[in-house]
Amino acid sequence: MKIKNQKWWVALFIGPALFFITLYLLYPTLHTIVISFFDKRSEVFVGFENYIYSFTSPVMRTAFRNNLMWLVFFTIGTVGLGLLFAILVDRVKYEKFAKTIIFMPMAISFVGAGVVWKFIYTYRPVMTEQIGLLNQLVILFGGKPQGWLLRGPWMNNLALIFVGIWIWTGFSMVILSAAYKGIPKELMEAARVDGANEWRVFLNVIIPSMAGTIIAVLTTMVINVLKIFDIVYVMTNGNYGTEVIANRMYKEMFQYRNYGRASAIAVVLFLCIIPVIIMNIKREKGGS
Amino acid sequence: MAARKTFARFFLHFVIIISLIIWIVPTLGLLITSFRPAEDVNSTGWWTVFSSPLDFTNYTLDNYLQVIRAGGMNTAFKNSFIITIFGTLLPVLIAAFAAFGLSRLNFKGRSFIYALIVSLLVVPLQLTFIPILKLYNILNLSGTFTGLWLDHTAYGLPLAVYMLHNFFQSLPDDLFEAAFIDGASIWIAFVRLALPLSMPALASLFIFQFLWVWNDLLVALIYLGGSGQVAPLTMRLTNLVGSHGQDWHLLTSAAFVSMIVPLIIFFSLQRYFVKGILAGSVKG
Repeated sequence: MKIKNQKWWVALFIGPALFFITLYLLYPTLHTIVISFFDKRSEVFVGFENYIYSFTSPVMRTAFRNNLMWLVFFTIGTVGLGLLFAILVDRVKYEKFAKTIIFMPMAISFVGAGVVWKFIYTYRPVMTEQIGLLNQLVILFGGKPQGWLLRGPWMNNLALIFVGIWIWTGFSMVILSAAYKGIPKELMEAARVDGANEWRVFLNVIIPSMAGTIIAVLTTMVINVLKIFDIVYVMTNGNYGTEVIANRMYKEMFQYRNYGRASAIAVVLFLCIIPVIIMNIKREKGGS
Repeated sequence: MAARKTFARFFLHFVIIISLIIWIVPTLGLLITSFRPAEDVNSTGWWTVFSSPLDFTNYTLDNYLQVIRAGGMNTAFKNSFIITIFGTLLPVLIAAFAAFGLSRLNFKGRSFIYALIVSLLVVPLQLTFIPILKLYNILNLSGTFTGLWLDHTAYGLPLAVYMLHNFFQSLPDDLFEAAFIDGASIWIAFVRLALPLSMPALASLFIFQFLWVWNDLLVALIYLGGSGQVAPLTMRLTNLVGSHGQDWHLLTSAAFVSMIVPLIIFFSLQRYFVKGILAGSVKG
């Protein structure tokens, strides 16, 4: 529908949003790219020095390694468990209750969740009473208590990643569940009548029908995981080899006041996201 | 065959119930610990209260009184409210205007502006911090509520415009056509027609943005710096983790203070929250 309109109506409706978008998102993004080529005070041009630092320094390599671990385990964990729960709870009477419980961590802050899990992971020396639930369980099954957040690189990073999975699985479950309920039930019944077991139904009917949604959720999770910050900041502050890219950027910015390096790391973060987005756009274009 | 089916049912319930326990127990442990006296918290696990759950000497409100008075959680609670109310109202309002303009007004560059705003959804906030902070230092906006409201407004806009634009697009054209024939102005069409019709979408968006701002740590850390006067709950709680890392009786009660508002909103308005997530993430 076309409305005859005056220019000032457009300015009134679009103007405020454009103002914020330009001042808070467009201009700073360009400015950050520029200062990523300058020194810590943004005074001397240093070429690619900050980028070389971003890719080769040991601290950044650790951050990249950890982000990669997050990428693999967090993405598989949230999407895999989300899909599993979406399908399983559809078959029980207390579906609504179950979904509410799984979804609840989404409502609380990462900081809150960080405290919740830091307490679960608490470690007391052997022979003293444990107050962390996980170590108590380990002892119950005859094991030795562990400093879950201290020993790297596998144990502490996985402990942190599990907190992320605990928070975000509900999100992917909600979306995947909506898609699952959209699959015509006759489709699954027909396959069962033809003698397919549940596993075949899952592989040949459910997965293909939900492919679009699964990829959309995967994309969201990949973008989330690259920017992961709060959980690590609160639980270990990046110590014991658990630092991730976003934490490194924060440290360069506030602890070392090195705006050049911090900017370069932010740009690198964005560069990591770009391929995911391009893939997504290509898929959407191919699909339609 | 029947036995196998019974076993499968049993296994299904078993897996779901174990998962539910993993999902609920950590928060439950936090809640119980927050009501236990400090010396109990440090000497025995919180699960030991189950041996005599009705012995009320096991519980106390002292931890809450302590974090509220000395821990500064009361100021932080007030700050969180001030930050979140305007950090939610402003972007929703501005996004409603923009989304209406982009879907119902006809002008040059319309689809370009829409594409621009939506494409900013994927820009990591980290890319914007340093220039805005420099600007804020000049304008004396760092460490102020106003500065933070404007930040959250800008950061919330792309998703809000995207969600509301989709909604306004789905409203029937005839409705607006008829209104204009009856002599309604654009303003009347927006206020009397588009806004009331989009109440469910606005509610979802409001809840979404409210939780996002309430739970935010990073943006507050960047733009409030170390100023404790304006720090929200998330920042205060993070500081407590740093300074009282092993005082679990304080940390658990402080964490619960920070979680209570989101939990109430979640349990009472879950339907809208779910709608918001579905509208924001599944693209047509």
